Amino acid sequence: MKKQVFDLSPGSRVTGKWSGCTYTIIKKVGAGACGTVFLCRSHQGDTYALKLGEDSSRMMLEVNMLKKFSKVQGVKLGPSFVDVDDWVDVSGRTHPFYVMEYVEGTPVTEFLKGKTKDWIGILAIQLLADLENLHKAGFVFGDLKTDNLLVSGSKVRWIDVGGVTAIGRAIKEYTEFYDRGYWNMGSRKAEPTYDLFAVTMIMMEMGHPKRFEKGSHPQKALENKLASSPILKPYRRVIQQCWKGNIQNATQMKDHLSGVLMKRKSPPASSRQRRVHNKKSENVELAALTVASGVFFAVSIVSFFF
Amino acid sequence: MKPGRLKQILLLTDGCSNHGEDPVVVAALARNQGITVNVIGVLDDRQSGKPQGLEEVESIAEAGGGVSQIVYQKSLSQTVQMVTRQAMTQTIQGVVNKELQEILGKKQTIEELPPEQRGEVVEVVDELGESCDLEVLVLVDTSASMHHKLPTVKEALFDLSLSLNARSGSNQFSVYAFPDPKKTITKMVGWTPELGEIHGIFSKLNSGGYTPTGPALKEALYAFAGKPLDERLRNEEDPYEETGF
Repeated sequence: MKKQVFDLSPGSRVTGKWSGCTYTIIKKVGAGACGTVFLCRSHQGDTYALKLGEDSSRMMLEVNMLKKFSKVQGVKLGPSFVDVDDWVDVSGRTHPFYVMEYVEGTPVTEFLKGKTKDWIGILAIQLLADLENLHKAGFVFGDLKTDNLLVSGSKVRWIDVGGVTAIGRAIKEYTEFYDRGYWNMGSRKAEPTYDLFAVTMIMMEMGHPKRFEKGSHPQKALENKLASSPILKPYRRVIQQCWKGNIQNATQMKDHLSGVLMKRKSPPASSRQRRVHNKKSENVELAALTVASGVFFAVSIVSFFF
Repeated sequence: MKPGRLKQILLLTDGCSNHGEDPVVVAALARNQGITVNVIGVLDDRQSGKPQGLEEVESIAEAGGGVSQIVYQKSLSQTVQMVTRQAMTQTIQGVVNKELQEILGKKQTIEELPPEQRGEVVEVVDELGESCDLEVLVLVDTSASMHHKLPTVKEALFDLSLSLNARSGSNQFSVYAFPDPKKTITKMVGWTPELGEIHGIFSKLNSGGYTPTGPALKEALYAFAGKPLDERLRNEEDPYEETGF
């Protein structure tokens, strides 16, 4: 519980007691719930993120998670695991640490500055696509929040897997604002819907960057905040459906959001088209838009180079 | 490994004890009985500077083999569940360390294992924390200075039951308040698996100007000691349940 913040100056060396591997600290990049994260350079000259902590058990559980995710082939479920060891400092104290892939990127809120509200939907869809894979692998992210996300190359990535929990177990790590238990909207059991609620709260935060508290009527507070944000207007229905429990998995929510984005982008369609609007035509529209945006993307890449 | 049953007393207070026996001694006694004592010192949201008399919070928890934390009211909910969980892990780790020492002979603890083995052991500890049964007796200081904090306390207790009931192991909670002019502590909620329905709790309180933390802790111990009777009764029913299908 005692938060220990390490201040290792650039150039300090951290050597593993078991393997003897040495990492040179480049700079501090952040402080998490159970440790401090540094950018470091390995003996071979590669740069990694190094997390130095106090609670050896908790660190080890995180390492186990990272290792598990490296085993899931094809899909990347988190930063790649590199090394785990203990470091004995000059005073003789032992500190557990682990090394993983360094994800470079921009915090979500910063990334969104000056961007259209479509990006809220796009980031949410990206996040849901990753959650889809995670849930399929039998896990729930748990402590899903903007602090744990980075946008790297226009793609959102999560950087801290400390809260990942096997489906069916109890969520141990959470942040009240994103926790459905806090809002009186469900249990703290690790279920896919637990993460979906957190996704809606990340979206809410984009509409209300200052966050807000639950007050005496949590659900009403949420409804009011949702209604009062013009940026969230297009997503209102999806968020409400999620809160009502009508959306049960990441795929469904992703599809709903795609629907919203596609609809908004379609030109003021001719009345004839509107009348025959059915599921099929929606799919055609979707495909056409995908193709169109693909072509646009290709053209823009080409024009970038020439 | 069959998950066992963990017993905890969670003391919520905002000041120093000033009446009766030393709470640190009683906490040590509790620890001997296999009951962990956790203490949370609750500050006013507007309170600033170093609070007085709260050093005791740490000493009691230390003697009781538990976890202590001093928090502002607004983060009470999250702290209550965190302290409870941490103490559970701590207790389980203690048991595992003892086993390790028996197996490996020397003063070996989880932290000193090589990373590979440590990784396996922490999974076992985590699994036990998920599946063990837990009994928490919450002891709330309801002296005058705590009065306006009690709604927050109530909320935090509901939240605690929400967190713990997401586990697969079973939970039993009870809530006692002190001081009580006659019996030292007052039972607010008897043993129950959920703290959801505790409306009206803390509504009819009479408090004097003293804080008998030590005697209250001792009464809490007795309240735990009275428990095995019910358990024995329940255990007698168990065989039927198990062979029932």
